[in-house]
Amino acid sequence: MRTALLAAAALLAFSGAAPSPGTGTGTVVHIRDDAFVPASLTVKAGDKITFVNDDDDAHTATADDASWDSEGLNQGQKWTHVFTKAGKVTYHCTVHPMMHGTIVVRSAT
Amino acid sequence: MKRRDFVGHVAWTGAGLLYVLGADGIVRATADASPGSFGFVQISDSHIGYTGPANDDVRGTLLKAVAAINAMPAQPAFVIHTGDVTHLSKATEFDDARAVLSTLRAPLITIPGEHDVIGAEGPKRYAAAFARKEAAGRGWSSWDQGGIHFVALINVGEGETMGMLGDEQLSWLANDLGARKANQPVVVFGHVPLFAAAPEWGWTTTDGTKAIALLRRFNAVTVLNGHIHQVLEHQDGAIRFATARATAFPQAAPGTPNAKPGPLKVAPDSLLGVLGYRTVEVAGRAAWQDRTLAQG
Repeated sequence: MRTALLAAAALLAFSGAAPSPGTGTGTVVHIRDDAFVPASLTVKAGDKITFVNDDDDAHTATADDASWDSEGLNQGQKWTHVFTKAGKVTYHCTVHPMMHGTIVVRSAT
Repeated sequence: MKRRDFVGHVAWTGAGLLYVLGADGIVRATADASPGSFGFVQISDSHIGYTGPANDDVRGTLLKAVAAINAMPAQPAFVIHTGDVTHLSKATEFDDARAVLSTLRAPLITIPGEHDVIGAEGPKRYAAAFARKEAAGRGWSSWDQGGIHFVALINVGEGETMGMLGDEQLSWLANDLGARKANQPVVVFGHVPLFAAAPEWGWTTTDGTKAIALLRRFNAVTVLNGHIHQVLEHQDGAIRFATARATAFPQAAPGTPNAKPGPLKVAPDSLLGVLGYRTVEVAGRAAWQDRTLAQG
């Protein structure tokens, strides 16, 4: 079921639909084919997001405002960050700056 | 090797040597060399720290390249590494790369690729390992040697595109080139191709045309890049461009159906045939020979 939800989230991201909801217990963003999947995501404050590099190329997930940074991830490596501050944050891959993602963090209350 | 020793190793010697480029591609010192002829070697894209299927021993293939260069009967005036020395900009990767490259007999110069400046710490680690004290701005530099004007550009880590020089560097370049005579040979280094090799894959420098415009008044310009892990040549008036093979792994050729940029796995017994280095001789115009690691 979790796999199906993630797949659906990825499809929504590809189709440009509204951001998908976070799970509250942890959400995974896959880095695949030089893209963040899903590219747009909404979570609650306090949620954690794990970025997993599925590509055979180096990637990062790096906040545009430099407030967080996975640093370089090889294929199969992952990095988890807890998002505590409500608001919208955009991020990119420093190795492939054309790769962008957006995370909306909603207040937990 | 201690850091101060390594810095001494990469320090500029300023010694011009006479070379000829043999038919076998090997640069040799000779009493018959043409006056003003000058030789150096380019290596690129070593990706120390890569652990994927395209090459399970990137350190080993870099060592092969270093051994081949060290075996040249006449050593080049310098070896330029045109970036992506490391794969993830990790401290251990820089240490490992430095340990291998410090065994080069010839002086070493490096410029960073985008893999060398990852994260907040990447640029600091790169600078600690390889920065030249003569460099300006974010690391760009120029020097005269053997009658040639050399320019080492930095086109990574600037802005939100893969290849970008930025206004500060372009202003520096305009000032640097402005004092040069048009008949002085110019050799330019950069990681990402300065020309549009494959813009759809990020294989171009967004503001490269501005640098090219500054180079147009010169009679003989050679621009040598890495990044795309294959030899691709291009000419624009008197400006000749050539990208180099990697020492780590190949990438697909632009236009290959269903291909994308990134490490390309080839048959294990074919790998050394698609990795390599470049010997260059400049005597007015530059002539170069791309050698594979299979050739030694």
